[in-house]
Amino acid sequence: MSIIIKSTSDIKSSDITSKSVYMDRRRFMQQAFASSLLLAADAMLPVWAKRWPDPAQAPFRADDKLTSFEDITSYNNFYELGTSKTDPVKNAAAFNPRPWSIAVEGECDKPGVFDLEDFIKPYALQEYIYRLRCVEGWSMVIPWVGFSLAEMLKTFEPNSKAKYVEFTTLLDKSRFPGQSRRVLNWPYVEGLRIDEAMNPLPIMAVGLYGDILPNQNGAPIRLVVPWKYGFKSIKSIVKIRFSETRPKTTWNELAPDEYGFYANVNPEVDHPRWSQKTERRIGDAFWKPKQKTAMFNGYGEQVAQLYTGMDLTKNF
Amino acid sequence: MLVISDKTVRLVLKPAVFIACLLPLMLLVVGLINDTLGANPVEAMTHVTGEWTLRFLLITLLVTPARQILKLTWLIKFRRMLGLFAFFYATLHFITYIWFEQYFDWAEIVKDIIERPYITVGFSAFVMLIPLALTSNKMMIRRLKKNWVKLHKLIYVIAVLGVLHFIWLVKADYLQPFIYGVILLVLLSYRAYQQRKPATPAEGRRCRRSSS
Ligand code: HEM
Repeated sequence: MSIIIKSTSDIKSSDITSKSVYMDRRRFMQQAFASSLLLAADAMLPVWAKRWPDPAQAPFRADDKLTSFEDITSYNNFYELGTSKTDPVKNAAAFNPRPWSIAVEGECDKPGVFDLEDFIKPYALQEYIYRLRCVEGWSMVIPWVGFSLAEMLKTFEPNSKAKYVEFTTLLDKSRFPGQSRRVLNWPYVEGLRIDEAMNPLPIMAVGLYGDILPNQNGAPIRLVVPWKYGFKSIKSIVKIRFSETRPKTTWNELAPDEYGFYANVNPEVDHPRWSQKTERRIGDAFWKPKQKTAMFNGYGEQVAQLYTGMDLTKNF
Repeated sequence: MLVISDKTVRLVLKPAVFIACLLPLMLLVVGLINDTLGANPVEAMTHVTGEWTLRFLLITLLVTPARQILKLTWLIKFRRMLGLFAFFYATLHFITYIWFEQYFDWAEIVKDIIERPYITVGFSAFVMLIPLALTSNKMMIRRLKKNWVKLHKLIYVIAVLGVLHFIWLVKADYLQPFIYGVILLVLLSYRAYQQRKPATPAEGRRCRRSSS
């Protein structure tokens, strides 16, 4: 059974309380997301409903136990919202991720500036359960909602000079209080080699746990590259640029001997100040020992071939 | 000048300060039991114990200037306790590291101490605190005489190493260690200034009396 809904305004508030209508709307929401406005959708959902309560499942699903929503959203490295890990959740309300537009520039045939909704529209949203390993030695397992980075990049038709993709976070002190102190060289910039970007694993995430991405997790849209340290997975993206030369990425420029451009998860190559052999899985009891870190964060089967012949000790 | 009797210090102030000094630990334990230390309780333990070690070191160094400037001679009676609390929190900090950060992986611990400058410096500071803690009693003061004073000058070195340890472990935001560094610099400058200034007879008398 399915009800036909012509526009969001057709839904009467009385429908919201009806379970059967809600069940149908759940399905409707999944299909409609790609074509409806995020804000309009927000207004019509009952407060307790998730935006994508039952998202389609991507083939990449880590078997690990999921990290709790609370931990994922209260322990963040997002210096634009403060440098301590508990700052982002405290300052999240101050950051309004609407309106939002994304510029696509550089070595491609279809550049442009897009409103967020138009930007996301063409792609199928799926749930991807990925391990996230921070360079600091902790890790989480996160059910993202997003779409394939490769699929997205292809729509802009990168040309043969596009050797790298560069991503930039919003620069706006009034929305990102952390940017009023020059802790990092704002705006935050990250990048991938084009073949890394075209791998099926990386995604652009717009949600987690079936709901819209919380501000402290990089709303409204962020990158997720599961075999690299977390700092590569840049948040709150406003610009994507195809380039012939390697992007100057923020942490790599700040301390090149500590944070490489590649930043592949690698237990064999220590950070100069700490070992990368083990990681603390967030949510584990404090008395439990840390667990062993896996090469490429356990995604070697999908990505090891990208680095054949490269000395990963030098290209860390 | 606020005069407080020996008895008040011994029976009221000392127990009160003692309990106050245990508060950070109590809050930590309550947080652990109730699981309210956030997503990474081990990191919270390391940070809380590390920060209180450094704070107690600086508070200990503040006692003498405060006593001289505020002319509160009885303050000196708290210095030993505060210094021992610095050692107490340093020990908790070190245990947290060995147990919950490294899980008794001795090879990795030795490697850290040798190879990672911030750990080398933190460990040196901790090791230097041990003789100070062991000699913080009347018997050792009497036995070591002038050497006791010399030995306990190590606290300046320890505090400098503590700040250096903090600077070297920071990833990008140096505000916190900068604040501790400035406070330490002020304390060190005061001490240097005091040493250059010839002691007035009045001060000499007060010193003699308080150390007897
Ligand atoms: C007198 C000695 C020491 C002092 C004053 C001290 C102080 C500190 C301070 C202030 C912090 C930073 C807390 C924060 O970020 O909020 C810290 C962190 C830390 N300390 Fe110490 N510490 C000392 C000795 C040691 C020793 C002996 C070790 C281990 C062998 C150690 C290992 C660590 C570690 C692993 C961290 C956390 C680093 C991180 O978060 O990246 N410290 N310490």
